[in-house]
Amino acid sequence: MTPVLFFIAAIGAISGAIGVVTLRNPFYSVLCLAFHLVSLAALFLLLRAEFVAAGQVVVYAGAVMVLYVFVVAYVGGGEQLPSGGVLKVLGPLFALALAIELCIAMLGSGLAGIKGKGAPFIPGFGTPKHIGALFLTTYLFPFEAASILLLIAAVGAVVLARRRRGLERDEEAELRVRAPRPAYTGTMAEAAGIRPAAHEQEPQPEVEPVGGPAHSPGGW
Amino acid sequence: MAIGWYLVVSALIFCIGAGGVLARRNPLVILLCLELMLNGANLALVAFARMWGTETGQVFALIVMVVAAAEVTVGLGLIVAIYRRRMPIDVDELSELHG
Amino acid sequence: MPTTYAWLVLLCPLVGTVVIGLLFRILPGRAPGWIATLAIALSFVFSVLTLIALLNRSPAHRELTSTLWNYNFTAGVDARLQILVDPLSVFMILVVSGVSTLIHLYSVSYMWQDRGYSRYFSYLNYFVFSMLLLVLAGNFVLLIVGWAFVGAASYLLISFWYRRTTATRAGLKAFVINVVGDVGLVIGTFLLFKHTGTVDFLRTFHEVRHVFAYDSPDLVAACLLLGVGAFAKSAQVPLHTWLPDAMEGPTPVSALIHAATMVTAGVYLIARMHPLFEHAPTAADVTAIGGCLTLLIAGTIALVMVDIKRVIAYSTMSQIGYMIMAVSVGAYSAGLFHLMTHAFFKAGLFMGAGSIIGAMAGVQSLDRMSGFRRALPFTFVCFLVSGLALSGLPPFSGWLSKDDILGYLDHRGGGFEILGIAGYVGALLTGVYTFRMIFRAFYGEPCPEARELEHGHLAHADVPRNPMTGEEEDTDIGFPGPGHYIAEREWPMRVAMGALALLTVVGGAVQIPGVDDAVTRFLDPTFADSRLAHLQVHSGPAWIGLVVGGLIAVVGIGIAYRIWIVAPGTATALRERFAAAYTFLVNKWYFDELIDFAVVRPALWLGGFTTSVLEPGVISGAVTSGTIGIVRAGSAAVRRAQTGFVRYYAAAMIVCLSGVALYFLISS
Repeated sequence: MTPVLFFIAAIGAISGAIGVVTLRNPFYSVLCLAFHLVSLAALFLLLRAEFVAAGQVVVYAGAVMVLYVFVVAYVGGGEQLPSGGVLKVLGPLFALALAIELCIAMLGSGLAGIKGKGAPFIPGFGTPKHIGALFLTTYLFPFEAASILLLIAAVGAVVLARRRRGLERDEEAELRVRAPRPAYTGTMAEAAGIRPAAHEQEPQPEVEPVGGPAHSPGGW
Repeated sequence: MAIGWYLVVSALIFCIGAGGVLARRNPLVILLCLELMLNGANLALVAFARMWGTETGQVFALIVMVVAAAEVTVGLGLIVAIYRRRMPIDVDELSELHG
Repeated sequence: MPTTYAWLVLLCPLVGTVVIGLLFRILPGRAPGWIATLAIALSFVFSVLTLIALLNRSPAHRELTSTLWNYNFTAGVDARLQILVDPLSVFMILVVSGVSTLIHLYSVSYMWQDRGYSRYFSYLNYFVFSMLLLVLAGNFVLLIVGWAFVGAASYLLISFWYRRTTATRAGLKAFVINVVGDVGLVIGTFLLFKHTGTVDFLRTFHEVRHVFAYDSPDLVAACLLLGVGAFAKSAQVPLHTWLPDAMEGPTPVSALIHAATMVTAGVYLIARMHPLFEHAPTAADVTAIGGCLTLLIAGTIALVMVDIKRVIAYSTMSQIGYMIMAVSVGAYSAGLFHLMTHAFFKAGLFMGAGSIIGAMAGVQSLDRMSGFRRALPFTFVCFLVSGLALSGLPPFSGWLSKDDILGYLDHRGGGFEILGIAGYVGALLTGVYTFRMIFRAFYGEPCPEARELEHGHLAHADVPRNPMTGEEEDTDIGFPGPGHYIAEREWPMRVAMGALALLTVVGGAVQIPGVDDAVTRFLDPTFADSRLAHLQVHSGPAWIGLVVGGLIAVVGIGIAYRIWIVAPGTATALRERFAAAYTFLVNKWYFDELIDFAVVRPALWLGGFTTSVLEPGVISGAVTSGTIGIVRAGSAAVRRAQTGFVRYYAAAMIVCLSGVALYFLISS
């Protein structure tokens, strides 16, 4: 029974992976990854890692993939990008070489445990009770560090993605045409920025910022 | 199933992910392939945990998941910010950090 | 006990320098001068006490050392801050401190109204300290220190009137030539140290016979290098060109440094190193011949010099030649006796010259001076006495000392006879040029300044001028002050000159052949290990030598009398008849031109070459820019890996990772 389940899950995982890499539409790639993650959860279950499998489905397939879906919806990414040059061919080749190498390394290394099916059964192996106990005793420090990392990531994401009001003016400023003036011409007021130069006042009604009215509060 | 099988699958997933990172130009997809690589590593960890009979590997895998989540958050935040600046979503165009 | 006094001898001038140097702003009037004179007078008193303490000991125990600090552990060389108190050093400190006291006294009034009064006395005290350090040094290291200090003091004092271009140039010339001597001294010391392993004097002298073979090339080389040092300091040919130019300094400086003390440092050196020179007779012969040549060359040049101070300078050079000759051939006590008497009468001559120059309001040329006999009677008497001693007329001290040397040379026979004959020729020249000076300055029709002075009015120049070039100057700081002083009006000058004149007359009494030989007996402990010093001249031949010397002096004075008093136009006629020889002598045997051609021009060329070719081409170009270029190229090459394309970075990472894994795979 176990080999059958194993092969189903493995093929599912690998095909999901290939789908992520090859499909053109990013949305389809996201869906393939979700499928891949669920297959991987099945593999975890086969390896008696119940808590990890549950975590995989809940956190990875549940939260991270949802995040991806939202971003793909926002960004779109539907444009067809031209082929990526030499790396389009070389990339998979390097990856293939690495795969072969890893397989040789693992299988030819003579590790004793690979041939076997693993350690004898320990009751409660992989249950939340055991994992939880480990997290709160031996691995307390990584546990706390991970939570701080999540905090930092959250703060970072908010900082990166927020709308900043000052930016709008910069964008407008970039779009305005600036004709360079010869040195030492112009008035002091212009140099201090109190009064804009005469030639700079004209383009404003002509050029519109691309993203629509910039100062509308909220909403994106 | 012998543990070796799981390790082979893990290696394959890792390398497929690596190939995807090198071959695709859309940063979103590159991030997805990065996730693949992390998952491959996770599988290897859990397999070894099974082999040795300790749960250390599983704990490690959980931490890796946490890190992956954090990294995805920041990466997607970056992509959103890039999109908002109306810059092209193409890693070959985003190459100003050069020497 | 003697060593304690010796340390005090060293301490007094040092304290004087520091006190005057630090407190000059608050010291009123002539206080710096008096403080300096007092410091040196104290030093003299302590020297006398050292002498008495030394004489209280038996002759065998008169070589004492005293160490203040041991530098041994810093360099592995047995250098110590150590003085050697033995008859030779006590003799030297007596002469140095005694004559220095009188010169300081003279300077108290001579340098008054000069804006650099305090600076002068600080420097002068520093000089005396350095000279005392030099003669009291107990090892080569301290000797070199004293040697260098003396050179520095000489430079400071020659360029004392530092706004005069001629003075600063002269100072630089003196310093550079002294440095050449320093180099010789240091390398010579090193050669000796290499073989004997010690820099201590007494140990070196003891070791030299065991370490070196008789006349071995190494020892000859070391002694010749020491001789180079001695020749540079004592202004012997060919390192003599600085001494006439050094007359740019104030007259008391010339009296002290360039007559009585510093230039005798070379004589002291050779006398001190007599065990080495006796063991390497080749070197001793070379220095003796050098002294002899200088004697003659300087004597001939002095015949035609017009500046009164330069005549006396060449005379000094000539007399030092006698002394060098003496200590090179073994007549140590004779040479040092001549050193003492020469200090007396040469300082006296310079002081007299200072008085005349004061009367002439700064003019130094013999062409402008005449007839000061009635206007400056005291100066005339002192000058005459010193001049007679210099010429070697009996019964003055110069006669006894000079002929002591020449008698010894005759006694040794062989090649030294020739040196002796050259010495007598030099004595003849000495008489001629000394009395040329005296007759021209004091006899004949009084010049305008002399006539003014006879009426009681001391001449003043309207515009102060450089006596050599005639350039206009002012009397502010860096130039001579507005005051001109003559002995007749200033008592310190009179006391100093009078004391020296007295010493000139009676100073010879300590070494009259057949009557007493106090100098020889006193110096005996130092030269006890010398084979040559004991070749004493018997009083019979000594008296014959003295009589010959006296006669030659009379002949010399007579020739001068004939040329300059009896038939005044003779000098001009002679000059025209022997025009070529005259030109040759006036240009000082073209030594300056020779050194300029052989040494100065190549050095300047090398400097120019380095600046214009070597520096921009090699150093800035190849070394600096080359290195910069290589680094830039390297970094540009490396920089190309930073393309900015994320995928290429990732590819590089994966490739390298695979490579590392492959390496470990293969090697396991």
